[in-house]
Amino acid sequence: MSDAQTSLSFRSNAVQAIGNAQLRAAMRHATDTFGAKRADAFAPVADVEAMRDRASAIREEVLNNLPRYVDQFVASATRAGATVHRAKDAAVAREIIRKLLADRGARRIVKGKSMVSEEVDLNAHLEASGMEVVETDLGEYIIQLERETPSHIIVPAIHKNRQQVGKLFSERLGVPYSDDPQVLTRIARQVLREKFLSADAGISGANFAAADTGSLVLFTNEGNGRMVTTVPPLHVAILSIEKMIPSLADFPDFIRLLPRSATGQTMTSYVSVITGPRKPGDATGAKELHIVLLDNGRTEILGGESRDILKCIRCGACMNVCPVYRTVGGHAYGWTYPGPMGLILTTLLTGMAKSHPVVDASTLCGACVDVCPVRVPLVDIILQLRHRKVREGFSDPKEKAGMALFGKAAASPALFALGQRLAGWFWPVVRVLGGKDVAGRMPAPAKTPFHRKAP
Amino acid sequence: MRAQLFGTCLVDSFFPEVGEATVKLLRRFGVTVTFPKGQTCCGQPAYNAGYQAEARSAAGHFLSVFRGEDPIVTPSGSCAAMVKHHYPALFRDDPKMRAAAENAAGRVFELSQFLVQVLRAHEKGFPGKGKVTYHSSCHLTRSLGVREEPLLLLRSLRGAEFVPLPDGIRCCGFGGMFMAKLPEISCALAEERADSVVATGADTVTGCDAGCLMNISDAMKKRGSPVRVAHLASLLAEGI
Repeated sequence: MSDAQTSLSFRSNAVQAIGNAQLRAAMRHATDTFGAKRADAFAPVADVEAMRDRASAIREEVLNNLPRYVDQFVASATRAGATVHRAKDAAVAREIIRKLLADRGARRIVKGKSMVSEEVDLNAHLEASGMEVVETDLGEYIIQLERETPSHIIVPAIHKNRQQVGKLFSERLGVPYSDDPQVLTRIARQVLREKFLSADAGISGANFAAADTGSLVLFTNEGNGRMVTTVPPLHVAILSIEKMIPSLADFPDFIRLLPRSATGQTMTSYVSVITGPRKPGDATGAKELHIVLLDNGRTEILGGESRDILKCIRCGACMNVCPVYRTVGGHAYGWTYPGPMGLILTTLLTGMAKSHPVVDASTLCGACVDVCPVRVPLVDIILQLRHRKVREGFSDPKEKAGMALFGKAAASPALFALGQRLAGWFWPVVRVLGGKDVAGRMPAPAKTPFHRKAP
Repeated sequence: MRAQLFGTCLVDSFFPEVGEATVKLLRRFGVTVTFPKGQTCCGQPAYNAGYQAEARSAAGHFLSVFRGEDPIVTPSGSCAAMVKHHYPALFRDDPKMRAAAENAAGRVFELSQFLVQVLRAHEKGFPGKGKVTYHSSCHLTRSLGVREEPLLLLRSLRGAEFVPLPDGIRCCGFGGMFMAKLPEISCALAEERADSVVATGADTVTGCDAGCLMNISDAMKKRGSPVRVAHLASLLAEGI
């Protein structure tokens, strides 16, 4: 399934997805629903644009001083009783977490939703050392049972319909088939409740980290996030360094923007603020809290021309409105993050050599820029990456030669007119050769170009 | 009033009738149209595909052709957006060319924008017929901010019924080189747009970008639809 698809095979992944009627119907339904819910959620908010400006400015400020905010967070979280680990790359992060768990004899792990843990491929690493890792977000649980990866950063099983989930549950869990979402949720809850109560450790991500208090902030809906972070004796949180927010006082705008942008909710069911482990007298909380801060190439992105992608707060709104994403789904992009923000992160984090076809996966329509709550200039960054692709020699040689000719002809009217004439003469041939692709979808060139009859 | 017409490479090579309609419209409103000789392409295909040097070559040529202070009018939202927003960026490190780029950026208009903002053509109105729907192209609306102008013109068509296309601004899948590089996705998007057009019951779909209309037209032809695809310039000019 998704394992065979890489970012390098984007076009064939896309062709496969387009041929999958079930996937396309599910994608259309889900993205239309999220788009409409988002619009409804923002409609009554009077100062949306000012709110976006403020949130964008806060994210800019964080990027302008990221090392300082990270240091401040490490100091505050440590003071609050957490242990903070810095991981320069995915391998280091995986190993820190495996060792933390192994040293404490932890074998049964429950997980909250975390795209950063997907980025470092954490589950496979822990399972290889004999641990049982159970995803407890319903969507994540579904795709874990299916042995797939998330196809959306907020709605990991967006590509599936309820009939497929019903079939999956009855096959894997031995329960009677039902495609009633309530019944299916109840089944998952029953299985997961047992897992929470017997877990040795919980692993979560975090939406934000407050530098001033050392707090982790989590926006969740199902209650599983609270269970993962408070029921087991050990809580390990993994997040990437750019999730910093200067102060807890900065949160009101993000609390209003993130759920509206992500799921069209005015508020998520839960907003958890976790500051250090359980203290004497606390009713809940993990006894031990470890925070793993992942760099994995972000410091390098921060120093480059595309650094504004680090402003992203992972709401997923850009993919919900992206015409390409909604047509091909998330797996086609071949790595952890899909859609506009995803193709950018994929290219920057995995390198142009492993990802260059996905930089073409945009029509540059700009729908993503319209909805980004923190004003990431997604189209500008995609253009930067395309330029980089050309500079670094990853463009198709035929295209490159064609463009070199174009550059010359565009500056030479005589050459340009000659090109038009040649295209006219050879059109029947061009049409046969390129019939399935571009030429087959274009009309024949005009017998007399406009410039010959213009005033 | 005088205006310099930028025909665009697509209109020049494939849709000369759109260029002729543009001239007819501008003249109808008293504009003396000049067609600066030697014009080619704005460079957008290269720019959007990441070929900045080649785009700069096209842009430099454009700026050498379109001199003076007259407004530059073009029947394409995306070409106007290219000149307006990307030319100054392409020459950011070249003060002399940057000044020329900013000069052109300051006087470039997409046709419907010019017809409404400068000529107030919608106040006079146009003869029309049938049931017309409109595809709002992405660069025209988002990059250039031209949202209301085409609608004002369409609503001024006497004898025609205007029906909006559902789903608001949604990409038709053209995307310049996108159409050539990822044709399957491009076609899938054009199909969706064609579905919307058919659902309106309109007999004509119009728009302000020949590229988008070409992509929608292909989807229409494939399904044997009788719906006519016509550039806004052609639609407005045919009754006058």
